[in-house]
Amino acid sequence: MTRRVAITGIGTVSALGLTRDAFWQSLSGGVTGLKPLSGYTFGAFKFKNGGEAVRFDPLQTLDPKEVSYLDRFAQMGLCAAIEAVKDSGITFTDTLREQSVIVTGSSLGGKYTEDEGYFNLYSEKHSRFNPMSIPKAMMNALTSRISMQFGIIGPAWTVSTACSSSNHAIGQAFEQVRSGQAELALAGGADAPFTQGVLRAWEALRVVSPTTCRPFTKDRDGLILGEGAAILVMEPMELARARGARVYCELAGFGMSSDAHHITQPSAKGSARAMRAALASANLDKEQIGYINAHGTGTAANDLTETSAINDVFGDHAKRLAVSSTKSMHGHTLGAAGAIEAAATALSMYHGTLPPTINFTEPGEGCDLDYVPNTARAIAVEAALSNSFAFGGLNAVLAFYRA
Amino acid sequence: MPDAAESNTADRVIAVIAKTQHIPAGSFTIDSTFEDLKIDSLDGINIVFAIEEEFQVEIPDEAAREIRGVRDVVDGVDKLLAAKASA
Repeated sequence: MTRRVAITGIGTVSALGLTRDAFWQSLSGGVTGLKPLSGYTFGAFKFKNGGEAVRFDPLQTLDPKEVSYLDRFAQMGLCAAIEAVKDSGITFTDTLREQSVIVTGSSLGGKYTEDEGYFNLYSEKHSRFNPMSIPKAMMNALTSRISMQFGIIGPAWTVSTACSSSNHAIGQAFEQVRSGQAELALAGGADAPFTQGVLRAWEALRVVSPTTCRPFTKDRDGLILGEGAAILVMEPMELARARGARVYCELAGFGMSSDAHHITQPSAKGSARAMRAALASANLDKEQIGYINAHGTGTAANDLTETSAINDVFGDHAKRLAVSSTKSMHGHTLGAAGAIEAAATALSMYHGTLPPTINFTEPGEGCDLDYVPNTARAIAVEAALSNSFAFGGLNAVLAFYRA
Repeated sequence: MPDAAESNTADRVIAVIAKTQHIPAGSFTIDSTFEDLKIDSLDGINIVFAIEEEFQVEIPDEAAREIRGVRDVVDGVDKLLAAKASA
């Protein structure tokens, strides 16, 4: 069985706002969410900016005890899931609860919990750990908590493939619905990287920009970290239409590859293989693609390699399609990146407007595509891709088709 | 003497349970059971942790498993405090 899969619900929390509507307004308006990070006390950092969900208050949605039992990444993910389900208009019956799947991605898991425990242990010499440390820090906390929220008793799991985590999660959930193994999927991801330990570890890699995120430009000097979550609701197109649901677009294909190359350096060949696999999975010709939501981290290596891979896959058509990196606005949200960017791509197709790459100055050497510089563009595209390429060379690409 | 000590312990135990469970301190008494308060085993472990912090005592695992209500906590803490004072 092969079915078409509709995206009917979207929930997001990010530096661009705490709701799907705020997120889209910022994206389409080219508004940055990258600002000086608040509350870091252990000496100077080489960078100061981040995509922080500054006004995020889980108590607006969750009860206080629940909040105390969840790390920040899972708090954000659960709020996104609640928004997505509400948006979809789905009513869970006992049968549907059994036929639903949940797949979430996270690169880091509950790092706030771990940081606090290890600080107390190593620095304060306090050997007592909070009893919630393990259940708060575990990567699958978000998936588990979503299942409890809605009483979903079908298959549920979590994947961790660094910066591709939530593209892998959405892709696997999509396959479940497409193949008839599930009637509904909640999929996406969450990461909350703004702890002292995670920030220092990223600083040590020398890939974080001391200024801001300027993907594909000549003066790009690194990525900007972001926190956030996004969850999509997916269901068979026929059922979505039959119940009169609003369909943002179709999730049409999913492609994966691994580079077998380097633990941090990307490979254009691996990225290209994943894009080709997504096109094949979606049964789309490359000429049908009008937009690519790029991985576009703003690092020297990624942006050149990704451009080269797009040129390789699309040939002459590469110059006719639009490519943008919304990371220039919400930052690199690591394990949430695929989900946040899938939300951005689905909303772009729904609204017929492509979000820009902001902070765009002059194109970098070898960056010869149309990056939708600085201002959104009103274009209704037929089909789109969203790329995620992880450290360790694990690539995952989603293909979207207009509803 | 024991009465004053017990009431002081009880107030502090109730305050700790109220705080960790996010329930109003006035909504339960020393006679409330964990079942009444919908406190499950994980909640119980959290309460034991917070009680140990509050009173600077160590509650053995076996004793922790026996706790069924607020009074069990208060009595246990008083015993541990008495043992500590006489040590």
